[in-house]
Formats: sequence, C-alpha cells, structure tokens
Amino acid sequence: MTRIGVVTFPGTLDDRDALRAVRLAGADGVALWHADADLRGVDAVILPGGFSYGDYLRCGAIARFSPIMDAVGRFAQQGRPVMGICNGFQILTEAHLLPGALIRNSGLKFICAEVALYLEDSVCQWLTPQEVTSHSRTAAENNHQVRHHHARQLEATKRVVRLPINHNEGNYICDVPTLAKLQAQGQIVLRYCAPDGSCLADGSAPNGALDNIAGICNRQGNVFGLMPHPERVCDGISGNTDGASFFNTIAQTLRSIEQ
Amino acid sequence: MTSHPASQSPTLPLAAGALPKPVATHLETLEPKQAREMAHVLGLTPAEFENVLLVQGRYPSLTELYIYSLMWSEHCSYKHSKKQLRRFKSDGPRVLQGPGENAGVVSVGDGWAVAFKMESHNHPSAIEPFEGAATGVGGIIRDIFTMGARPIASLNSLRFGSLEEPRQRYLFDGAVAGIGSYGNCLGVPTVGGEVFFENAYGGNCLINAMAVGLMRESELIRAVGSGPGNHVVLLGSSTGRDGIGGASVLASQEFDEAAENKRPAVQVGDPFEEKLLIEVCLELLKRGRFVALGDLGAAGLTSSAAEMACRGGVGIDLDVGQVPQRESNMQPFEIMVSESQERMLAVVKPKDWQSVQATCQRWQIACTIIGSITDSGRFVVRDSRLPTHANIVADMPAAMLAESAPEYDPPRQRPAWLDELQGFDLDGLLRAPPRLPAELRWVSGETGLGFSVALDDAGLDDDAGLNDASSNNNFEAATKSRLDRDREAGAAINPGSELDLRAEKATNAGSELDLLTQAKALLASPNICSRAWIWRQYDHQVLNNTVVLPGADAAVMRIGDTGRGAMSQRGIALSTDCNGRYCYLDPYRGAQLALAEATRNLACVGAEPIAITDCLNFGNPEKPEVFYTFEQAVRGLADACSHWNIPVVSGNVSFYNESFGNAIYPTPIVGALGVLSDVALALSAGFKNAGDVVILIGTTLNELGGSEYLQLFYGRVVGQPPALDSDLEQAVQGVTRAAIAQGLLASAHDCSEGGIFVALAESCILGGLGASITLDGSLSAISSLFSESASRIVTSCSLANSQRFVALLKEWGVPYRIVGQTGNSGGDTENGSRVRSDSTPAELLSIGACDKAAHIPAGAPRTRHVHNVPSDTQGGAEDTTHAHSASFDMQGGGEHAHNTSWRLTWSLAELSHLYNSGLEQALKTA
Repeated sequence: MTRIGVVTFPGTLDDRDALRAVRLAGADGVALWHADADLRGVDAVILPGGFSYGDYLRCGAIARFSPIMDAVGRFAQQGRPVMGICNGFQILTEAHLLPGALIRNSGLKFICAEVALYLEDSVCQWLTPQEVTSHSRTAAENNHQVRHHHARQLEATKRVVRLPINHNEGNYICDVPTLAKLQAQGQIVLRYCAPDGSCLADGSAPNGALDNIAGICNRQGNVFGLMPHPERVCDGISGNTDGASFFNTIAQTLRSIEQ
Repeated sequence: MTSHPASQSPTLPLAAGALPKPVATHLETLEPKQAREMAHVLGLTPAEFENVLLVQGRYPSLTELYIYSLMWSEHCSYKHSKKQLRRFKSDGPRVLQGPGENAGVVSVGDGWAVAFKMESHNHPSAIEPFEGAATGVGGIIRDIFTMGARPIASLNSLRFGSLEEPRQRYLFDGAVAGIGSYGNCLGVPTVGGEVFFENAYGGNCLINAMAVGLMRESELIRAVGSGPGNHVVLLGSSTGRDGIGGASVLASQEFDEAAENKRPAVQVGDPFEEKLLIEVCLELLKRGRFVALGDLGAAGLTSSAAEMACRGGVGIDLDVGQVPQRESNMQPFEIMVSESQERMLAVVKPKDWQSVQATCQRWQIACTIIGSITDSGRFVVRDSRLPTHANIVADMPAAMLAESAPEYDPPRQRPAWLDELQGFDLDGLLRAPPRLPAELRWVSGETGLGFSVALDDAGLDDDAGLNDASSNNNFEAATKSRLDRDREAGAAINPGSELDLRAEKATNAGSELDLLTQAKALLASPNICSRAWIWRQYDHQVLNNTVVLPGADAAVMRIGDTGRGAMSQRGIALSTDCNGRYCYLDPYRGAQLALAEATRNLACVGAEPIAITDCLNFGNPEKPEVFYTFEQAVRGLADACSHWNIPVVSGNVSFYNESFGNAIYPTPIVGALGVLSDVALALSAGFKNAGDVVILIGTTLNELGGSEYLQLFYGRVVGQPPALDSDLEQAVQGVTRAAIAQGLLASAHDCSEGGIFVALAESCILGGLGASITLDGSLSAISSLFSESASRIVTSCSLANSQRFVALLKEWGVPYRIVGQTGNSGGDTENGSRVRSDSTPAELLSIGACDKAAHIPAGAPRTRHVHNVPSDTQGGAEDTTHAHSASFDMQGGGEHAHNTSWRLTWSLAELSHLYNSGLEQALKTA
C-alpha cells in the first residue's frame, strides 16, 4: 500500500487532519517524528500546518533544523514528492527547498476564511496525474507530457477551487528574477482569484501575496508548498470536498508506480 | 461546629482541636501586629484572620498568610456565592462529573463524553487585553485536558463599552487578537461566541472563555490526590513572579485609579508550551501514568495542591526549593502564589516516574518532583534552600484550605431603581422621534453606500427612503431575465400581491429617520452586525470537526475522531448567550432568557440541550443591591434549569466587576451543550432555495423593553424584558428539533436582538436570497419589526414539506404564522424596481403587514398560547392570506390603532454590505 508520511514538529497542529486526508485518499498515513532522521520508507512526505516551535522566531526557522529535515531534503533531491501546507510551506522556504518567503499578512491580522483559488498550469506533481514516471525519471524530463496532460485533465475538472486559509504569515514574496522564473517554468501552482475564477489585481490577495501566489513548486515539480489547507475540505464535513484532489492525485500516481 | 448569626462571619466546620497535628518543630511566624497588618493588605477580613489564628493555634508565617488569603479569597473559595450556587440542579443520567472539579463532564452517547466549562478572565483583560484574554483561553483549556479530554473547541463571550471610545476599541481589538493568538497557536478551534457593546461594561470589560473537550467515558480522571509516598510532580513552564496575587488582588477587588499599577499581576501566555503540555498529559493519562492531574490556575501552586490534597483527604509536602524558577531570589510565598501559566501538577507513583520523565523529554517539557503525598493531613511547604532544621515555611491543616473556606450569606436588597426602570413609560418615549446615533451616520444614504428601495402599489414618496434613483438603466436590463424567472418561481405564493400596500408613515410623522433607515442602522449596529471581523481572526476549523462554521446560531462539531479513526454519527452543538440588559431590568427573568436563547440556538441547528455551564459576572457582592441581583439571577437560572431538566455541570462566578463604584449589568452567561443524533442533519440559518415557504414559529408581542431598538435610537435601557413562558419555549424548541430530525426544514434562525427584521435579514444575507414577507398587522410597524419577544424562530421549508411541517406545528400546539417566501427579485412590482448591485444577486427583502389578520376582539384575555388557527384553513402554504395567527397579549389595549397595512423593501446587496461592514465601520469611527 502507498505510504504517505506526515511529520509532527513540536507545535504542529494539522498532523491529524493531514493523516485523515491521506487515509481518505486510500493511502496509508505514517506518522513521522521531527527528532527522527528516518522517513520510515514512505513514498511521499507531508509537512502539515501549525505553529512549529510556537512560530516565536520567524515561522519555520527553527523547524528546518530538526533532524528529520535532513532526510526530507535528501528525499526531495531524489525527486520524490514533498508537500508543505501552511507552516509546512514556511518550513520548506526556510529550508531552501522552495524559493521566496512568507511574510506577515498585509492586513496585519490573522485570517481564517474560505477563499477561491485558481489551479494554474504547472509542473506540480501533486496535482498532475503522472502516466509514466519513476523515481529515476524526474518530472522535468516529463515536463512537456505532464503539462499537456495536466491541461487536458484540468479542462475536464474544475480550475477554481475553494479552500480555507488560516494564517498570520502567508504573504508570499520573492525577488523579481525568481518571480520571472516561477512564472516561466510553470512553478506557480495556485493563485488567489475572484469567486468566478477571474484574476485579482496584484496586491489584492487576502494576505497581499505577490502575484496573488498561494502555492508554488520547485523546478522539478516534486516539492510543493501552499498556504491554503486542502486537508480540511476532503470529506465534505462542511459541504466542500475541493481539497481531496490534493491527496488523491499523488496517491494514484504512487499506486501506479507500485504496480 | 460554630454557627454565626448572619452574614459577616465565616463558619468553621471543624473544631480546632480535631485538626491533624503540625509537622514542623520550628517555624518562623509573623509578629502579631505585623500579621494583622499583612492580613489586611492581603484582603482577609478581621473575622477571617481570627479564624486563621484559630486554625493554626498561633500566629501564621508569611507564607501561610498568603496561602490563606488566596484560598479564602472570593476567587478561590466562592465564599459569597457558594450558598446560592446550591440552587442549581447538577445531576442527571448523563452527568459523569458535576461541579467541584476542574470541569463538568457529561455523556453524549456511544461511549463518548464531553468535558466543558466557562470561566472569566475579566480583571486581567481590563488591564492588559491581549495577554488577559489569551491566558483566559489557556486556563480554561487546561481545565479541560486535566479531566482527560482532548480540547476540541473553544468559545467566548465578550462585553465591552461603546466602541465610540478609543479605550474600548483598544480593549476589543486586543482581546480578540489575544484569544486568536492563543487558540490558533494551540490548535483548538474557536468555533463560536458572542460580543455585546454597552456602556455598563465600559469600566470593566468581560472576557468569558468556554472550552470543550472530548473523551471516552472510561478516560475520565479527577484531581484527587492519593497514595502517601507518591510523587507530586510539576510539569511545564518555570515559575516567575508573573501573576502574583492575581486571584486576590485582581479578581476579588473593584477597580480604581490604581488599576494600571496592577499590570504586573497579569500573566503572560505561552500557547506553544501549552500545546506540548496537552500532548504530554493526554499521552500519559492514556497510559495510566498519573494518579491525579490538576492545572495551576488562579492562586497557582497553592490552590492546585491544596485542592488535590483536600479532595483526597491526604496531606501534601512541597519543597519550593525544587520548583524551577525563571527569576532569582524568589521567596517561598512568591513561588506558592505565582500564577505563571502553562503549568500542571500531577501525582505519580514512584514506579511510573521514569516513564513520565521519558515522555516529557520527548516533548521537551520540564518535569520535576517537588514533593510527595503524605498521610499527615497537613499542607506542608518547605524550602530546601534553607538549613534543614528550619526549612519548613508553612504547616497547615490541608482540609481547612479548600473545602472549609468561609461561607457568607450577605444581605440583599431589591434596588429601588428596578421599579422605576420596569415601570417606564415606553409609549411616551416612543412618541419622540428616534435619533440616529452619530457612529451610525454612515448608514444613511448620504455616504453613497447604495440606497433603499421602497416598493408598493401606491407608489412611495421619496421621503420613505429612496435616496438614490440615478443610473439604473443598465442594471434593469441586466436583471430583467432574472426578474422574469423569479416571478415564475414565486408565483406559487405571493403574499404581497393581494394587499393594499401603503408605506408606514404614521410612526414616522415628523421624523427624518424613516423606518427603512432605522432598520438599516439597526442591522449595522455593533451589537447586531456580522461578527465575521472577529472570527476571521480565529482558526475555527483546525482538527477538522467543525460542521457549522461561526456566524450561525450555534456551532456544530462532529465527534469521534480524536486520532482513533472512525467518526461517530453523533454531533454536539455549542452556544453561549446572555443579554445583560434584560438581566439589568429583571435579573430573574433575564437569566432565564439567557438559558432560553442559548438552548433555542441549539434547537435551530437541531440539537437537544443536555447540560450547561455558566459564568456569572456581577458587581461587588458586599453591596446588598448587587447581591440581590445575583441571587435573583441564580434563582431564575436554577428554576429554568429545573423546569427544563437541564443540569448545570460546571461554572464560575466573577464578582467585583465594578469600576469607580459602578457595577456592570448583571451578566449570567450561559454556555449550552447540545447533542445531535445525526450530525449530517445539522441545519444552518441561511435561506437555501428561492420559493421556500417562510414560517415564523412563536408569537410577537409588543415587547421593546430592553431592546436594541430602544438603546440605539433612544439611548435608553428601560422597560420590562420580554416575557418568557417556559412551556411555550420548550414547545417551540421541541417542534423545531422534531422538524429538523424529520428533514423538513431548509433553515432555522433564532429571533432575538433586533427582532424579526434582523432575523429575516440575517437569513437572507447568509443565504444570499431575498424574501417577501407579510406579518400580522395587529402591532405597530416598529413592534412588528423590532420587538424582541422570546420563543420565536424563523424557519423556511420547501413547498413540498410545508404541509407536513404545519401539521407538526399543530400537533405540538405551537403558535406559528406562514409569513411569506424566500427569493425576491422585485417580482411584486411591474415597474419601479430600481436596484443596483455589483456581485450579489439583485435580491430584495420586503416586509409588510396586513390588517386582515388583525381580528382580535377588544379586551381579549391575556394569553400567549391560544392557538387560534382558523378552522377553515387547510394549513397549506398557498393559504397565506388567512394567517395562522395566535391571539395576542393586549396589554396597553391601544394596539388596534396600529392596525395598518404597510410594506418596506430593502436591497439585499445593501443590507449585506451594512451587516458585513458594521464592526469595521464602528472601529474606524474615531
């Protein structure tokens, strides 16, 4: 069975929710502990949301030094799937597995709300069904095929999803060359958008994020970070299941690799 | 046993001779004069000090005096309230743990139990709102996991003065940020609550926090120390000087000019530490490693250790020298009374100590053995930093500390002003023109925030609120097709079409403030408008169990998955409520109305109330008039709880909520817990589908006493609060729950502050659908719209379900009225629908009254529950013009004069805007 690990740091809050979402996607959820250097043979890793170490220093700045992050770094370099949600995204940027940084919301207030997001054409493996892939063959090599397939897939489904955001520091920022690269290389995975999917003016994202960015991935598409919480809207508890595809797609891909 | 005549002397349950023998051979006591002076400074009365002498058989040491002053403080001992609190019914088949523990616990079925409690943190928050509110949340959550339950939800009830004052805005903003900051970081969702702004709270805000936890029934643990030889272990943060004297200084005295100097008595929270403590404690509890567990709250180590020893009937021997300290040179008494946050006290068997240490290490939580359980019956404090032969600094009989604190029965006197308030001539007051408060001027059309449309067949004059009639051509074209569609959909019921509609003018004679604007201002007022500004700052979804999000009548949580897998089909619902104005005007009825509304909120989501917690906020109990209101409120709540068979399983009393001699309104806040047998059936308040039938359950009387309307436009809190008929209330809630359980309803919403208008507007706004409503014409338009009569619920259901629902209402014998239908795109009128909207649908809320239903014979008997359903009606939804009206209470007798037909129409887009931006606007107004 496909095994997806969920890391618990001191102060992680959404580990149970992420494990539940993994189980709902038909995979085996494996609890991983920050102080272990071992990923216990999982096929993918999720860094869930929360306030690791209380976020008393810069968000994620201490957690990135946890022993398990060395293992996660190696795992990511092998091209294997890593997703950071909210605080997990912040940890991934602190660990330099993703570019840029998350700074304080432009409104200077914590925001908990369900927002509309646009699924961009991206190289993100977590949202792109992979027909042919293996650990040795990275997404970059499959890039063309992936994007073509992705576009087809998205047309068939919906490109606007509604996910909860829940953060005080979700305002994505990076330098101009990095932004240009993210845009050019299909690394922008999610953008905040109007309810009907239309673009927001730059700077009008709920948290003020640059280019309305809510989620990005690395060049290879295997490391994915996002501020919204798909794990909270998987089972329709409050009438929304838009988060399920964030776990289903990767679980399917990993299953097809197994077979 | 000594008995004391009336009030001012404490009673001693044990003769001093029967006390266990002292342990100390050498102990440094205070000089008599010094001791008396110190006792006075610490707030002990001369009589209480005499009892200290009696119990100790000598003059006390400094540490002992501190400990007595804390344990016998109002905050810890409930000495003024204990006797009254015995009125509460606290037992029942579901009750697993009643009052007296850290939290009450009730069974919710399927082997699940819920621990919950509400507590005040008023005084610290009035000094430092962010940390005060934050540590209030932290404290109440510790009370929950202490019982073995995983905290799954938190709620809060807040009271501030008017937001016009900068200090109130600072307090409000700070308290909300503090609650958010702590709860968000802790990973416990803040799922509901309420806030009220009223001048009476200007000098003393109220911050009441409620926490709810879930566990298996078998996991319940109590803070009862036992087993001499067992270790007493302190877990969590180190101890500093923060919060010293919080309970005795802050919570047991009134505020005055010196309040600012008391800032050091406010603690600072560390939610990260508390998150780790939750995980450590729940893990160790599950593995049976704790004999007992208690949290260190008010009065710190003193109260926690003393209560543990008292409950277990054992002695305890503590060494303050072992307590990890974050400041240097701390005196023993400082360590004993410090209120440093995020600390827990556990009793651990020596054989389990290693295992406890290992788990704590894994979570990076400090744990230290600071003493042991003894069989001496003495509460002994030593300081190993002192020479061994003289290191005992306190040696007291443990049983005398917690369970034998003094108990008072203070004098009470009915305040003379109650008669004056209740007998106030409301009719006379209402003859004066209403005034729009300065802070709500933005609501009137002058600011260009949209406009009102009043529609009627007679054509409405401009002065009725048509403020902007320009540039609507494009809009009309864009909405034409929609209007056509909705006209078809709405053809089944069109209550407005047959009526002779006229604008309500009589009430507005000579007034510039027309009813349309009054309603808009009411909807935008800080006490009514949307609370989204608040709950957007709270994580309300973490743990992924929140079924009904904030903004509804009650929060609904699913239960079952606390990391174990399968979910239960059951759910729980939570609501907090209290209208302090009602309690001010009539404390007995006001407290009952608080319970009625809290449980009615539960009924609106489909939940049955099974238990409540309370937080009783009052002024100085030593003032007879204040104590009268306290006693009345407790009696009212206790009587209602007994009548409805709802146990009170936990609670908190907060006295001395006064500043400069002015008491707050009596504010007994009720936190209600309900159970849903199928959480999937949980209902929300917003209208769902256009064309649904709107049915108002209950009857509307001319009850504007203590209403938001009176306060907003006349600046007065006067009159009688709404009447409450317990049986009617129970039937209204019962029939609503039954209808929800049968899947008949599409929405249900409690009708309370702001009256029918606000309830309808909220259901429209939440559902994004307008409505076309026709009320009974027997009351004045103002009463019809804004009266706050109790026991009313606005429901909607599909046409197909309406007959079954009406049959159910008749079966229950509950008064009701079919008032209209949902969805209103201005289809009532052929022309003149000039509405502009950007993104929301061009829906309208139209409310009118019809005099055809006003067939009340003069001098009809005073009754609320004659279900005067005309025999010729079939109960069908098409039958709206034959209103299913109940007889009305005809007090005053002059209501006939108001039998008018009128109709008012608002654009839903504008109402949404007003409702959603009310708080932000209020905070902006400088």
